[in-house]
Amino acid sequence: MSNLAVLPIIIPLIAGILLAFTNTNVRLSRALTQILTVVNLGVVSFIAWKVFQDGTIVLETGDWIAPYGIVLVADSLAITLVLTTNIIATAAVFYAPHSLSIEKEKHYFYPFYFFLITGVSGAFLTGDLFNLFVFYEVLLMASYALIVLGGNKVQLRESIKYVLINLFSSVLFVTAIAFLYGVVGTVNMAQIAERVQEVEQFGILTTIAILLFFVFGTKAALFPLYYWMPKSYIVPNPVISALFGALLTKVGIYSILRVFSLIFVHKIDLTHETFIWIAGLTMIFGVIGALSTNNIKLIIAYNIIPAIGFIMMGIGTFNQAGLSGSVYYLVHDMIIKTALFLLVGVIAYVAGTSDLRKMGGLIHHYPVLGWLLFISAFVLAGIPPFSGFIGKLLLLKGALQGDHIFIVIIALLSSLLILYSVMKIFIRGFWGEENPLVEKRTTKGFIAPIVFLLLFSIFIGIGAEFIYPAIDSVAVYLLDPEIYIDSVLKE
Amino acid sequence: MYKPNDLILRTTTSLIAFILLGFAVYLLLAGHNSPGGGFVGGLVTSAAVILMYMAYGMETIAKIIPVNFRTVIPVGLLIAVGTGLGSFVFDVPFLSHTFGYFNVPIFGKIELATAMLFDIGVYLTVLGVTITIILNIANDQ
Repeated sequence: MSNLAVLPIIIPLIAGILLAFTNTNVRLSRALTQILTVVNLGVVSFIAWKVFQDGTIVLETGDWIAPYGIVLVADSLAITLVLTTNIIATAAVFYAPHSLSIEKEKHYFYPFYFFLITGVSGAFLTGDLFNLFVFYEVLLMASYALIVLGGNKVQLRESIKYVLINLFSSVLFVTAIAFLYGVVGTVNMAQIAERVQEVEQFGILTTIAILLFFVFGTKAALFPLYYWMPKSYIVPNPVISALFGALLTKVGIYSILRVFSLIFVHKIDLTHETFIWIAGLTMIFGVIGALSTNNIKLIIAYNIIPAIGFIMMGIGTFNQAGLSGSVYYLVHDMIIKTALFLLVGVIAYVAGTSDLRKMGGLIHHYPVLGWLLFISAFVLAGIPPFSGFIGKLLLLKGALQGDHIFIVIIALLSSLLILYSVMKIFIRGFWGEENPLVEKRTTKGFIAPIVFLLLFSIFIGIGAEFIYPAIDSVAVYLLDPEIYIDSVLKE
Repeated sequence: MYKPNDLILRTTTSLIAFILLGFAVYLLLAGHNSPGGGFVGGLVTSAAVILMYMAYGMETIAKIIPVNFRTVIPVGLLIAVGTGLGSFVFDVPFLSHTFGYFNVPIFGKIELATAMLFDIGVYLTVLGVTITIILNIANDQ
């Protein structure tokens, strides 16, 4: 037993509650948020170090023994993602005061931001399928509040779609959990995994697996369930878009990774084979979406979809190289997507529009911004030596080991098109004649958080020698569900 | 000026609100061992408060209960999470529960449990949320 596992959930929760009292005092709110976020980052880094040193930390809450009570499992995969979440959050809170209006900050932006982090960390850390649903609801509730913050007409229109689709998939989620409980008689993930191996009715289990996949696929924005995502992610403030784009879909893909490496591994030829096809289609359609639009925010939002496809491809190949590629790409994508969302937020702010056709010549006034976008595009597309390259290399290696030539071709082609879609912003927005009507605005304060994230991204790429062994150990760990089961049930 | 004829509503409200508030306290205290709890206690209390709002009007009740229900929500959350934090002080797993028997004058021997404190937090949160939501909808022109 160690209470450490609950700290990444409880610190943002308390911070959120405290900030609900100070909402009218904006300066105090900003200072408190930044201090508490950095404290949380420090604590999570310590826990991560401890997990990679001494192994999984399991907490049986309320002193109830494992399969009966609720467990929190801080294993290497979960804590890696919680750490990444907190790095992103740190960049976001230093960007937020410049990007948000005072009015929005007063209307409880900071408490809801903290509740979002609570939900995301909880979803990563929980070892209980029903609790996963509960933390999904926590983060969704916070996201509902954040998406309508400001209350524009377009925000309200998009948020209705967002709320409806998420409510529907939540209903399916509980239903699927109920079915699973009916078959195996437990919601503890370790015990489900143990009993799934013993139960003989593979037919019904595969049905439940596909139902759960549908739920997580909706949240993760996989083909063909991504239609709700891009437009609703661009309507709130850039900092909120960045948090959504980096965290919410990734919680969905994490759930797929967890459930289909721990629990439903009984019919890999059916489920995981399907995943590869879905991954390919997700990449193709996501990239087509990104190429089809001239709205810079929409380009980045559409770019979330092929990234999810890449991660899905690693889960589908389900070998050591593929899975470590998935985890690597997941971490890389969370960081670089946040950086890109924050960047296009600034670009849209200084250009006065998010329509590429009305932009041009920004490089004359904002050279730093231009080169940051240029580097980000390279990181995103996976040009060596940046982090996307290592992730993609591992993914392609995994796919080739599994003899999936088609997916390799699709992945390489869509990487090229991803690069083009972001370069389009650079070429059309930064080159050419400047628009004389637009006044010059200051980018002070916007740049530092983006540079902070890009430095992390570059470190993950260039410092692969330090990072890769840790990620590889996560992949080995994921391939052997027994380790997870033992750490939870047989302490 | 239009003057509503709500004599029956007002008279019964004073009786019903009294019963509701008493029952809410019972539900809150019974919560951790038998049917009841902070959630339903909070709902019953907010039903009583809403009933009073309907019978006597916004201004009157705002004068009698000078509480901003929006700040009741974080207070309740803080109490609920605070009981969990106690586990860090006593070095037991998060949200561990304990209870003991105490001799209190007048009541005699009673059982006090830490789950009760958590329930009070839940009670305040539910009360704050319910009334904030309903008043917001009611105020919306």
